[in-house]
Amino acid sequence: METITKIIEFSSEISILEISYLIASILFILGLKKLSHPATARAGNLWAAAGMGAAILFTILFHKKEGEPIGNIIWIVIALAIGSFIGWYSSKKVKMTAMPQMVSIFNGMGGACAALISLMEFPKMQNAMALAGDAHMLGGEGIAILLGLMIGGVSFAGSMIAFGKLDGRIGDIKHPILRIVNLSFLVLLFVSLILILFMKPQTDNNLPIYLFALAALIYGVTFVMPIGGADMPVVISLLNSFTGVAAAMGGFLYGNQAMLTGGILVGSSGTILTILMCKAMNRSLLNVIIGAFGVAGAAGTEDSDKTVKEISLSDAAVLLSYSQKVYIVPGYGLAVAQAQHLCHELDNLLASKGVEVKYAIHPVAGRMPGHMNVLLAEADVPYEKLFEMEDANNEMNNTDVVIVIGANDVVNPAAEDDPSSPIYGMPIIKALDAKNVIVMKRSMAAGYAAIPNNLFYHAKNRMLFGDAKATLQKLVAEIKSL
Amino acid sequence: MEEILKFFLEYKDMIFIIVLSVFLGIEVISHVPAVLHTPLMSGSNAIHGVVIIGAIIVMGHAESTLSLILGFIAVILGTLNVVGGFVVTDRMLEMFKKKK
Repeated sequence: METITKIIEFSSEISILEISYLIASILFILGLKKLSHPATARAGNLWAAAGMGAAILFTILFHKKEGEPIGNIIWIVIALAIGSFIGWYSSKKVKMTAMPQMVSIFNGMGGACAALISLMEFPKMQNAMALAGDAHMLGGEGIAILLGLMIGGVSFAGSMIAFGKLDGRIGDIKHPILRIVNLSFLVLLFVSLILILFMKPQTDNNLPIYLFALAALIYGVTFVMPIGGADMPVVISLLNSFTGVAAAMGGFLYGNQAMLTGGILVGSSGTILTILMCKAMNRSLLNVIIGAFGVAGAAGTEDSDKTVKEISLSDAAVLLSYSQKVYIVPGYGLAVAQAQHLCHELDNLLASKGVEVKYAIHPVAGRMPGHMNVLLAEADVPYEKLFEMEDANNEMNNTDVVIVIGANDVVNPAAEDDPSSPIYGMPIIKALDAKNVIVMKRSMAAGYAAIPNNLFYHAKNRMLFGDAKATLQKLVAEIKSL
Repeated sequence: MEEILKFFLEYKDMIFIIVLSVFLGIEVISHVPAVLHTPLMSGSNAIHGVVIIGAIIVMGHAESTLSLILGFIAVILGTLNVVGGFVVTDRMLEMFKKKK
């Protein structure tokens, strides 16, 4: 092996480029930091975007590879314009409820981008090494390319499946055999990665890398397929950090600091975020990935003799109007019905009658952590009215009515008293501690996680069947006419 | 063993960046309130769109038509990730701000 030498060739253009990468890295870090505080979050996002813009612009202007500047600029600009237009348009148009799917798609695009880069760099590297007569491809470059391809490919395929599941296009496929298929694919991926590294480089011998890419894509599909739809937020967060690592591999390959810091920052913060989400559900990441959820879905037997009590609209209106304190527990049903504005109207109406109305937000309500906060913020519900689960639970004892709108698993008492239930141990909103519970629900069907809910049969609970939006509309009208 | 040490020396700058960034990433978001989980995920999703720089480099030095086409697709995908990611995040955060 040749000795390591450092050639410092001064070029003002390269200096400017490196400085722009330093600034971009600083902006990414400050952006992320600001994104973690409610008051500065929006500015943080813009800072990170500015850093990104600078990095892209200066790369096009000043990047040099062996003295050659960036070519094909017209095509690059056209591609940037197409991507910007589609990205801008689709994210402006998407409904707030479909946000999680959208994030999943964008994440997949980044993964695919990383995989494509590796797919193009590998033949170049192999040809150069074959010319140099190297015995194998083991080295920083080879590792970065193959890991970038593998992680990017898994992230792309996985994100597309996650999108399909959130959008209701793909159901869960749960079969014990998938676990074995999964595991063997993972082993196969790592073994072939090592085999390719030890291969003797040959000019234009690209079949192995294509097969490797294909295997990564298949693993991405089989990895996400058996994971329950309710766990998709965790999966998206995990795939998000995967894509970060894939981007960092590209940074390693090109010695590009902006890609390296940006990618690794997302990789590590994304992993922490994933773990925080798992903690909120009181489950381990491994448990989510292996998919214990739903497999034992038969737990919590449903007795046919249990009866459900319904409440009429007028009774509900009276009960609410004469309460002192009401807690609203929103769930994904509220989101699909687009009922967040009506929910706020109900809350205003009750407040004008002197009722104290608060919202109890379960950390994993909806399809993403914080999903409910975003939706309610859209409907102008003041921040101060939203209470996190622990705070809400402390106040349940002196709450008159809890209205559960389109939520199910996050209020399921089985999490507390049925050790055989798949959600046993998950912290829930203790609706039953309140004096009365009203559950608004379309039907008696089980929730997203397909676990029966005994809350519905409890003596304190009464059901208000119907679409959340229509029911809220009628309820608001009823209260007004009181 | 020598190979590993050589590898470390060859890439020591980048290894330093990686290790420090890992800790930084953990530190920066460790106290984030649950409310911001979704926007934060979406925002960091946009940041890994930085992979687009790699796509631009590949495309800027593409020699064959095939790599030009693949590079073109890669740049589009990367831009989607960047622009879409930041715009979606901004839309989410816009809603938080309004009522203050």
